[in-house]
Amino acid sequence: MSLPLFPATEDPGPSFTELLRRVGPAPAVPTSTATMPVTHGTTVLALRYADGILMAGDRRATAGHEIAHRAVEKLFPADSHSGVCFAGAASPAIEMVRLFQTQLEHYEKVEGLALSLEGKANQLGQMIRQNLPMAMQGFVVVPLFAGFDLRRQTGRIFTYDPSGGPYEERDFQTTGSGGRDARTAIKMAFKDDMDRAKAIEVAVQALYEAADEDTATGGPDVVRGIYPTVATITAAGFERVPEAEVAESFSTLIGRRTASGGRA
Amino acid sequence: MSMPFYVAPEQVMRDRADYARKNVARGRPLVACIYAEGILMAAENINRRLRKISEIYDRIAFAGVGKFNELDQLRVAGVRHADTKGYTYSREDVDARSLANVYGAYLGQVFTHEMKPMEVEIVVAELGHEAGQDSLYHISFDGVMVDAEQFVALGAEAEAVSERMQESVDATDDLATALGKALAALSGPDRTIERADLEVAVLARGNGRRAFRRIGPDQVEALLGA
Repeated sequence: MSLPLFPATEDPGPSFTELLRRVGPAPAVPTSTATMPVTHGTTVLALRYADGILMAGDRRATAGHEIAHRAVEKLFPADSHSGVCFAGAASPAIEMVRLFQTQLEHYEKVEGLALSLEGKANQLGQMIRQNLPMAMQGFVVVPLFAGFDLRRQTGRIFTYDPSGGPYEERDFQTTGSGGRDARTAIKMAFKDDMDRAKAIEVAVQALYEAADEDTATGGPDVVRGIYPTVATITAAGFERVPEAEVAESFSTLIGRRTASGGRA
Repeated sequence: MSMPFYVAPEQVMRDRADYARKNVARGRPLVACIYAEGILMAAENINRRLRKISEIYDRIAFAGVGKFNELDQLRVAGVRHADTKGYTYSREDVDARSLANVYGAYLGQVFTHEMKPMEVEIVVAELGHEAGQDSLYHISFDGVMVDAEQFVALGAEAEAVSERMQESVDATDDLATALGKALAALSGPDRTIERADLEVAVLARGNGRRAFRRIGPDQVEALLGA
């Protein structure tokens, strides 16, 4: 690397970010004075249970204080044995999901062998990293990735931040504006080796809590019959939990809350 | 004695075609045929790991005989073409006919303009949404494309294999019957192909979005019976 020298009229001054822009590698820090945009409204979660991983996401998209969509899908299969859900700007997120799905399948077809679960998680991290310039301008995408690792015979959860990842989580994780409320709710209820029904109950409760506190997270819309998307990832692969089953779980929860006047 | 500077174009082309044909005819035989649920592809292949039959896309498969590294190069190019097209437009917009055209154009160009032609013959198969809508495209080393009605036979003694297929093949056969006929056509009356030396795959309706499945040796045994 050469000695960074500048003509007096083009001196970057005391700003290190400005210096990096002139002579350094692509910056990993904001290079403008704009503040980092807050993750767009959503709650998505992943938690471990007896058979693998359960993932769920709410259905609301907001533009400022207005509801833009009531039935957005935020949870997708990445391939047969993994799933991805996202928080952030909807269009770049959906495009990234599509790109990610294509990349996983493409790799498998060209190589004749699927990527390991960790390889897939790393791939997604690289995509997030490459999206950083867009994220800086408000098009942030923060996914949650989980899968059933067929080699290790266990479910695994990976989280990301706007500049990349992945970071592996042991038991559960959430992301989105309602993420903290959902995470607290899961934390209070989580047990090792929950069965499927219990896992759905915990997820449903977490999303309910998030929607109760965060205007950008949609709760169960019993009037329109729109419920959060829930899926399980087990040795049998990625499978959606039927909407009727999700609705049933919400109905039970709502009954209990009504009886207790909004308390636990 | 002076060196001849002029060679008749017919001579050049014939030499090239002979070269490619001879090398392709050394490869072990392969057939692709339409059966009740879709398309069956079967090849004699003593290699366990180097495949002659592969998935290209949701309803498209690739199979070929000839020089393996050239076959694999074409295979990967096909996967890339299909995935790019599907990503740019949509999955439904990827079809075998346009892929076959692209292969034909490339093989034709190599045949005419390169030092040597590609020593391959390939088939691109596409599963129809309903019975009667399946397609088979046979593309040879010179880029000539044929849209086959019922089956394609490639490799060693392709004509003899073709005749045997012509007599026996039936688009309404189930998988077990079709596989039995394919094996009989591949081996012929004078020799036996070990079942472990068979590479078999299908594109079948009812397999979900990705219709391609390999039929492993255990399943081959089960289908062919005793």
